[in-house]
Amino acid sequence: MDKIYSHPKSLRNVSTHYCAGCGHSMLHKLVAQVIDELDIREKIIAVAPVGCAVVAYDYWDFDCSESAHGRAMAVATAIKRLRPENIVFTYQGDGDLAAIGTAETLHAANRGENITVIFVNNAIYGMTGGQMAPTTLTGQKTATTINGRDPQSEGYPLKISEILATLKAVKYVERVAVHDAAHIIKTKSAIKEAFLNQINGVGFSLVEVLSPCPTYWGMPPVKAAAWVKDEMTKEFPLGRLK
Amino acid sequence: MEDKNNNKILISGNEAIAQGAIDAGCRFYAGYPITPQNELTAYMSEHMKQAGGVFIQAESEISAISMVYGASGCGFRAMTSSSSPGVSLKQEGISYIAAAQLPAVIVNMMRGGPGLGNIAPAQSDYFQATKGGGHGDFHCLVLAPSNVQEAYDLMSDAFDLADKYRNPVIILGDGMLGQVMEPLEAKSEKRKAKKFKKPWALTGCKGRPANVVKSFYMADGALEKFNLILQKKYRSMRQKEQRCAVSFISDAKLIIVAYGSMARIAEGAVNTLREQGKKVGLIRPVTLWPFPEKIFKQLTLKNKRLKFLAVEMSYGQMVEDVRLSVSGKASVEFLGRAGGGIPTEEEIIKKIKKIC
Ligand SMILES: Cc1ncc(C[n+]2csc(CCOP(=O)(O)OP(=O)(O)O)c2C)c(N)n1
Ligand code: SF4
Repeated sequence: MDKIYSHPKSLRNVSTHYCAGCGHSMLHKLVAQVIDELDIREKIIAVAPVGCAVVAYDYWDFDCSESAHGRAMAVATAIKRLRPENIVFTYQGDGDLAAIGTAETLHAANRGENITVIFVNNAIYGMTGGQMAPTTLTGQKTATTINGRDPQSEGYPLKISEILATLKAVKYVERVAVHDAAHIIKTKSAIKEAFLNQINGVGFSLVEVLSPCPTYWGMPPVKAAAWVKDEMTKEFPLGRLK
Repeated sequence: MEDKNNNKILISGNEAIAQGAIDAGCRFYAGYPITPQNELTAYMSEHMKQAGGVFIQAESEISAISMVYGASGCGFRAMTSSSSPGVSLKQEGISYIAAAQLPAVIVNMMRGGPGLGNIAPAQSDYFQATKGGGHGDFHCLVLAPSNVQEAYDLMSDAFDLADKYRNPVIILGDGMLGQVMEPLEAKSEKRKAKKFKKPWALTGCKGRPANVVKSFYMADGALEKFNLILQKKYRSMRQKEQRCAVSFISDAKLIIVAYGSMARIAEGAVNTLREQGKKVGLIRPVTLWPFPEKIFKQLTLKNKRLKFLAVEMSYGQMVEDVRLSVSGKASVEFLGRAGGGIPTEEEIIKKIKKIC
């Protein structure tokens, strides 16, 4: 009998701390599967963010560095420059990548670092209790926008992927989502493409993943998945940006 | 400018530090321009590649120190440099480096502060360097060279100490040391960079369990346990790494305490006073953390009437460590100026004549 599915080698066999229906756990698995399929586990140096995924290294079974909030791409820049033979990726939330780390993000991308970036956009700060993120939708209620985000005072959702796609040195940007099986498969192939780009020396590649945070959206997982599809994709259209 | 006969070159303090780092095996440098240390960054941009290393002009000091964190985490000797306002920004990364127990060297060529201050030499970041600077209970080893030759020589010590203790090491200089040009005897036979085994480094997990560089400890009691390990390391540094240079201390009635550029002016005052028959000596701390307290204990034990005068380009920062070191067993006076003002030899002599 052919084996069609097994636990990824790059994923430790431990129970998860992520909330039910959270996109992080799904994404951790997809990243691990891609790394296994490309057979690069022993070459990987991952850079974890600050945010709910700070302990990504508790789940992944390969070398990993923590980084200060927002600084992942600076850390990854140094690692990749010194160890070009390794495969280096960052895994970052929207607070990490698009707020406190905006400068690091923009400049690592603009330098065209040959790294892979997994950008988890859940439109909110999970770890600190559901505050507004740069990506929070207009009108979305959060702990710090209890009447909904008002562009007059809080500005509009920040479209990092669109911004990065304008940079000459950026080679690949795609926005995907993990709200249903079809899109999960698409997400996996985008992640694979981003890693293959690094392996082939193509350059800076970023995959933005629209991902549910049922806990701080105040929704059960199924409704949260529907909200990704119905609301988030309106503001953040899926597809290849570059 | 090279003197073919004795292998001496004329070089600025900033450049000597850069060359000293390269000769010590530093293979990663990231920095962001700020006066008065720009020559260091420029020197690295010119020479790091030739040495087989990586130079990056980062987008900010925060990014530069984070790059150093990444470089060190994957096993390379790494350094950044800046001056006062820039070093304030680096404190986030320095705390993380201390917490992740990574070796790294951070150079601060101090300028006048607080705030934007000015670009004149000062020593006003002593508290920041020696008392933590960033958040959390941690210490950096702090070395204070006082001339160009020593600035060069101390770099290999700095990298060795960083690797030995897996801890950040700060080189605390100032704008004067950075800018002054002096002859430097670069090692004719370059000191071989010591090799330290780094089994913790991120290299890809081939043939071993995965390595993690981190500072996050959520489990009940885990962080306290980790902090106690750090404290043990700091105690060991305190025991083993105190360094200072002394002159005329055996018969001295008054001892000036000064470090870095200030110590050179103080030395002038000591020489002048000695010519006048005054029994004045000098202690120049080379490690500011750990502060060389042992020498003060020894001296105050021997001479109950000994007096000290701390002279600084700040308004009384190192003097606190002098007071702690003599622990009430000697009188400690202070003379300091900052913000572009530098205590002169005459001012020091006048102050000493007032004391005794
Ligand atoms: C310098 C700093 N500021 C603030 C924090 C607190 N903090 C931790 S996680 C976080 C936001 C995380 O949001 P995001 O990156 O979107 O990740 P998520 O938890 O939603 O996955 C913040 C503000 C911190 N750890 N460090
Ligand atoms: S708070 Fe949100 S992002 Fe964090 S684990 Fe829970 S669902 Fe996921």
